[in-house]
Amino acid sequence: MQVKQGHGPGISTLTPQEPFWLRCVLISLSFLVVGSLILVPIIYVFYQAIAPGIGTFFHNLLMDRDTRHAVWLTLTVAPLAVLFNTLFGIAAAWTITKFRFPGRTLLMSLLDMPFAISPVVAGLMFVLLFGMQGYLGPAVREWGIRIIFAWPGLVLATTFVTMPFIARELIPLMQTLGSDEELAAVSLGANPWQLFWRVTLPNIRWGLLFGIIQCHARAIGEFGAVYVVSGHIAGETDTMPLRVEKLFQEYNNPASFAVALLLTLIALATLIAKLVLEHWLTTQEAARRAEIEELPA
Amino acid sequence: MSISIRHVTKKFGQFTALNDISLEVPSGCLLALLGPSGSGKTSLLRIISGLEYADHGAILFQDEDVTKQAARDRGVGFVFQHYALFRHMTVFENVAFGMRVRKMPRSEVQDRVQELLGLVRLEGLGHRYPSELSGGQRQRVALARALAVRPRMLLLDEPFGALDAKVRQELRNWLRRLHEEMHVTTVFVTHDQEEAFEVADQVVVMRQGNIEQVGTPQEVFDRPATPFVMDFLGNVNVFHGRVQAGQAHVGPFTLAFADYQHDEPRHATAYVRPHELEIERTPSTTASLAGRVVQINPHGAVSKVRVLLDGYGAEVTVDLVREKSQQLQLCLNDNVFVTPSTARVFMPDVDYAI
Repeated sequence: MQVKQGHGPGISTLTPQEPFWLRCVLISLSFLVVGSLILVPIIYVFYQAIAPGIGTFFHNLLMDRDTRHAVWLTLTVAPLAVLFNTLFGIAAAWTITKFRFPGRTLLMSLLDMPFAISPVVAGLMFVLLFGMQGYLGPAVREWGIRIIFAWPGLVLATTFVTMPFIARELIPLMQTLGSDEELAAVSLGANPWQLFWRVTLPNIRWGLLFGIIQCHARAIGEFGAVYVVSGHIAGETDTMPLRVEKLFQEYNNPASFAVALLLTLIALATLIAKLVLEHWLTTQEAARRAEIEELPA
Repeated sequence: MSISIRHVTKKFGQFTALNDISLEVPSGCLLALLGPSGSGKTSLLRIISGLEYADHGAILFQDEDVTKQAARDRGVGFVFQHYALFRHMTVFENVAFGMRVRKMPRSEVQDRVQELLGLVRLEGLGHRYPSELSGGQRQRVALARALAVRPRMLLLDEPFGALDAKVRQELRNWLRRLHEEMHVTTVFVTHDQEEAFEVADQVVVMRQGNIEQVGTPQEVFDRPATPFVMDFLGNVNVFHGRVQAGQAHVGPFTLAFADYQHDEPRHATAYVRPHELEIERTPSTTASLAGRVVQINPHGAVSKVRVLLDGYGAEVTVDLVREKSQQLQLCLNDNVFVTPSTARVFMPDVDYAI
């Protein structure tokens, strides 16, 4: 790749056709948008949470029983949703890439539905299905299971909303990998279990991890669908995003921002995990390339 | 271990990949399935291995019917065109894979892998990953991996198709030697007639899901059963014409054709290979045809000369060995005479060679 130096100091371009002023405008505009819509709000959350003092911040987070419960609930519901979506994502990607069957394209399109549907509508669907007056609600209730206004509903709604992340990550990956390695394993005598653990999973592990990280980030922050199915019961069905909103409505800004900051920190940690993983994979790849180039022809 | 293929048919939707194929592969044989793409050769190989199932028909290994057996129980070594090595495993682990999934003892695996790496001349490369090997080395790892579990037979799908010419040549010779040492029944698929002829004991020429001819390389080359085989096995000059009353009038030639004695003329085609034509400055027999040199292509050991035949309007390609071309000293537009030493005449249902 040829990189040509532009006119300004430190500004270079890969396509030297664009005029200098256009580059400047586009770069400034990007920084302006990212700064005003992402960076400034994040800093503001930090500021608002810390401003009343570190003591108040921890007091708000740790001493409120309902807030503690919200943190615990989010850290239970999100991993459960991620677990379900991991299992489902692998199964769906496997089905779509390894088999040819009628309705395959339809299945692929349906997989994207949770991204297209508003989370609030998704929540409403579950209320209509499993609520007291819902189609399946009474039947499920007879089994002694509460779904709506209880934690199973939260898991269900979160799972639905974050469903496409892992499958979407795996399908193109498994398509590129093809099935030759799996056929080779079968011809060497591997049973389906050995095939999956020894050949398929090691090949898709990084893609799977990316999917899990993204799915987890989204699951932690899910608000709309969870709002509808949770019934908003403090200390019972309030997750962290719901808690933020409730505290805010109660004019308890310091507590609201404290929870918001914790949510932001979890999100940042996820983002950093992703960056570290990406960096590590690139350096691994570069090292391997360098090693290959050293080999005698 | 011999292989019997009995009336195997395979369809993909409307497309017939294999049309009622029957074939016997004798034990210890090295057999080539030769044909253009879409001829069904890879489908047949996959059906033998169990990676694909036939719609109808049966597959027997020796006397055992394996038609319904899963690929992993058939004990077949399969080598893929693009190697299909496990990219996240080292060379050692790749070769060991078949033994590991069969739960063989660790020490035995260790010894066997070392033995095989020696056999494929990759000692000391066990710790490398497939991406760190050249194409030829990768294919040798794939072979070692397939041989590790002592397969009942070895199946290779275009094994050298993705390699460059020199490595391909080396691996062909190596495969031939390996087969002579081990005598395991081997079937390989190729679209390269040269490769099939060089490596195989038996050649099966396939076309559109059917077997056109089975025989030793020599038989197939000398006595092609159909115009397709003739055409597929290298360059040919084709002449269209008719047969009538014991004679074939094809293009500029008139040949005796005893198989057809009727007076009613029928369509026929004659095929002459470039090396079966002689170029001379003066006509030697009545079959010699006058023509003019229009192109000379010194092509390594053999010169390819194109001659436009007078009074026929068609060009023929003639292969000249080096001594002959030096003796003739041909130039463009020289007037020469072309004489066929042999020709094959095909007509629907009847064929004949002089």
